[in-house]
Amino acid sequence: MKKTITFTLNSDMRILDVESSETLLDVLRNKLGVKSPKCGCDRGDCGTCTVLLNSESVRSCLIFAIEVDGQEIITLEGLTKDGITPLQQAFLDHSSFQCGFCAPGMILTATELLNNHPHPTKDEAKEAIAGNLCRCTGYEPILNAILDVSQQQKEG
Amino acid sequence: MMQDLKYVGKPVRRIDELEKITGAATYVDDFDFGPNLLHAQIVESPHAHALIKSIDTSKAEQVPGVVKIVTGRDFPYHFGLYMQDRYIFAQDRVRFVGEQVAAVIARDLKTAKKAAALVKVDYETLPAIFDPVEALKDETPRVHEDLGNYSHVPWFFPQAGTNVAHLRKVRKGDVDRGFAEADLVFEDTYRVPRYAHCCIEVHAATGLYDHAGRLTVWSASQSPHTQRHIFAEVLVPLGLKHQNVRVITPYIGGGFGGKAGVTMEILAAALPLKVKGHPVKIHWTRAQEFYNTYQRLGLVATLKMGAKKDGTITAFDYDIYWDAGAYVEYGANVVNASGLSATGPYRIPNVNIDAYCMYTNLPPGGPYRGFGYSELLFGIESHTTCMAQQLGLDPVEFKRRNAIKEGDMLAYGVPMGPNGLEECIDKVAEAIEWGQKEKPNDPNKAIGKGFSVFWKAPAMPPNASSSAFLKFNEDASLNILVSAMEIGQGFMTAMAQIAAEILTVPPEKIRVETPDTERNTYEWQTVASHITWSCGNAVKSAAIDAREQIINAVCEACFLEYDSVYLEDEQVKCRTNPDFTVPLKDIVINGIMVEDGTSRGGPIIGRGMYMPRFTSAMGDPETAQGGHPNVHYTVGAGAVMLEVDKQTGRMKVLKAVEAVDAGKAINPKTVEGQATGGLLQGLATVLYEDMRFDDHGKLLNPNFTDYKIPTSMDIPDEVVPIIVEVPQPDGPFGARGMSEHTMIPAAPIIANAVEDAVGIRIKSMPITAERVGLALGAGTTEVE
Repeated sequence: MKKTITFTLNSDMRILDVESSETLLDVLRNKLGVKSPKCGCDRGDCGTCTVLLNSESVRSCLIFAIEVDGQEIITLEGLTKDGITPLQQAFLDHSSFQCGFCAPGMILTATELLNNHPHPTKDEAKEAIAGNLCRCTGYEPILNAILDVSQQQKEG
Repeated sequence: MMQDLKYVGKPVRRIDELEKITGAATYVDDFDFGPNLLHAQIVESPHAHALIKSIDTSKAEQVPGVVKIVTGRDFPYHFGLYMQDRYIFAQDRVRFVGEQVAAVIARDLKTAKKAAALVKVDYETLPAIFDPVEALKDETPRVHEDLGNYSHVPWFFPQAGTNVAHLRKVRKGDVDRGFAEADLVFEDTYRVPRYAHCCIEVHAATGLYDHAGRLTVWSASQSPHTQRHIFAEVLVPLGLKHQNVRVITPYIGGGFGGKAGVTMEILAAALPLKVKGHPVKIHWTRAQEFYNTYQRLGLVATLKMGAKKDGTITAFDYDIYWDAGAYVEYGANVVNASGLSATGPYRIPNVNIDAYCMYTNLPPGGPYRGFGYSELLFGIESHTTCMAQQLGLDPVEFKRRNAIKEGDMLAYGVPMGPNGLEECIDKVAEAIEWGQKEKPNDPNKAIGKGFSVFWKAPAMPPNASSSAFLKFNEDASLNILVSAMEIGQGFMTAMAQIAAEILTVPPEKIRVETPDTERNTYEWQTVASHITWSCGNAVKSAAIDAREQIINAVCEACFLEYDSVYLEDEQVKCRTNPDFTVPLKDIVINGIMVEDGTSRGGPIIGRGMYMPRFTSAMGDPETAQGGHPNVHYTVGAGAVMLEVDKQTGRMKVLKAVEAVDAGKAINPKTVEGQATGGLLQGLATVLYEDMRFDDHGKLLNPNFTDYKIPTSMDIPDEVVPIIVEVPQPDGPFGARGMSEHTMIPAAPIIANAVEDAVGIRIKSMPITAERVGLALGAGTTEVE
């Protein structure tokens, strides 16, 4: 069954027809050409499809596109629209990522963390990103970047 | 010669990081192919071992949207990297649960799935084997009745009529005499289960066979040229040649060996041949990623070691039975390569190694970071710890006393190269405060320390080679064209640093392009931790070639002596005339103008190649003596401080230390990143990861809910990476690879720490909290 949905994607209003069974991830990637959310497991385990739904991180593989009718979605493309954020700069400076496949989801989750909790402890940061799997880095360089940018903003 | 390095050895920022943190980095699933794209769904075997009696596709063909259904009858070919024992689709029989039997190609995936469920395959089940020792018995069924007919590399020795796909024997000295000389001879058996790579990106590939007869495959692969070669080789009967096969590989979301060689990509090469003009996409599910790519091989191994009272090892006998799975075209080389080095990094005069590559009816075993060494070292490094204890010696002292030195003879009769093993041992012992007992604050907890040495050589054909082009742009930025893969290890940045050092162009002005076999130069594969060394040598040589072209052009145009001209800060300078400077950007494309208005030089294109000239795989089959199978070894040591809850068995890594001899760390930051990441990957294999199969060979946990990989909550409290640098004489700036190695010591350091903490020796992996807790409850001190 098709349904027309209207939602805000990275500050732009989008209107399109979707099947009721289509996931947000499929629609973003295959109908809207937004490729930063990746498919790693298609069952909510890995977090690489993370997007922000009304500023909250969600698994776009577990959400039907029809559910975002009238809502706001931000992907990494939207976050980077006006240049990279201080958090992204910290990831860049730390060379935090290796293969980079988890980066889009990880960055959105960390963005949500810092938005809600600008100065997390290391344990809080660990807990916040625990749903975003990374097989390369051992997480240490990712956590260091998050804590670093948080510290800079405290000082700044 | 090595002084004043400006870029090499510096923690230069990764040149691929900006793409990765902005989402700009493209992975294979990010390509769009338009509305003409078709999707394939695989019909899989539900049986571990069965004959295919018939395949009925008639119902599936009637589903609207189905374009084509193919089976083994369409592709009666086999293929493989080192031995051609693998099939595009099962032929007369299936050999593991999940093996591809047929494929439905349809306009969309939903239709393909629906139709695939309607393909009816009639099987006659056969007895299956899942245990490598069982597989050796005369009465067990044979997994490959055609084993004697498969072509393979000359250093494999399959035994026709059995399940032994390869037997690697190593013989040195006289083990009987060695054991007779020993004051202690001790034997034990260790077991390692299978593991999965768990790249966050699954395998995916799209192929297009166009109307002009050219096949292009876009794949997530560590091996673009090897894939092209295998595709061309196997599809020759269908009229393909290398000239008509092109492989394009963008960034890949993790490799760890799992995306080396050819697995499911063969489908993306074969299926398009039946639907000319249509791209066909195959995207593995996470479950398929677990059961139909490569898995790390399992093993059962018995080792017997003799040592004198002072701790000198006199003899070593290692019988290794690898569960290599249904197809071993790649896995047999894991057995071979690790078997040659199964002594561990020790000086042992008398050695007897038998490494059996056994076919079983489990999914194909293949390369996984560490390439067999992790599995072998679990036993060796647990065992040397037990030996030391029985002799009343300190385990680190025992390991140090026997640590291999430069010039010591390896088990296959080649002298060991320069290495910093002792330095690694000493630095790790110091960092973990070896010998100092830690007192837990909580009386219900115990703290133990575990130590291990490690080594590994790149496993590759003797003539595996790398090549490089390097071309300048108008602004003196440059592009390096190679076919190594950025799989996260940071090779692009390392190559940029090497070229930067020679050409004085900063790394941020250098792009290293992802491969397209039509444009990029040849590279064997990005495996074996050999890229920094091999591709690095090729890039260095290409940069030198470019530099020579620049200097020669300037000398010719300006009448300068060759020896007086050099590059500095992106300029050509002259030692005899300090006022002479020509910016590279003025000449690297347009050449340099002389008095009469004509020009010298022109676009600068450097060319480089590296192939080792000293390696040979032609050792004696009975002893492995006489060849020179390995290019070099990278060595190291690791240790852990582990807290164990004495009531629950729950473990926490308080501190992990790892030292690795990188020869020269081209980028110390990425080297440390490898140690931190690789060690966690290894710790997960010993602490909780585990593939579980049912009695019929079906994988029970092909997802991240049931096969746990580490999250950010599971990391050690502290990780200390230590870089040791004993230069590799033939490496670029002295560098050798170190990425795979970082995973290798993880299992024995945990096993040894558990024993140190609570006195329980666990001889099979994984060493889970549950197993430790049960042993504590039962009061046992040994767990098989």
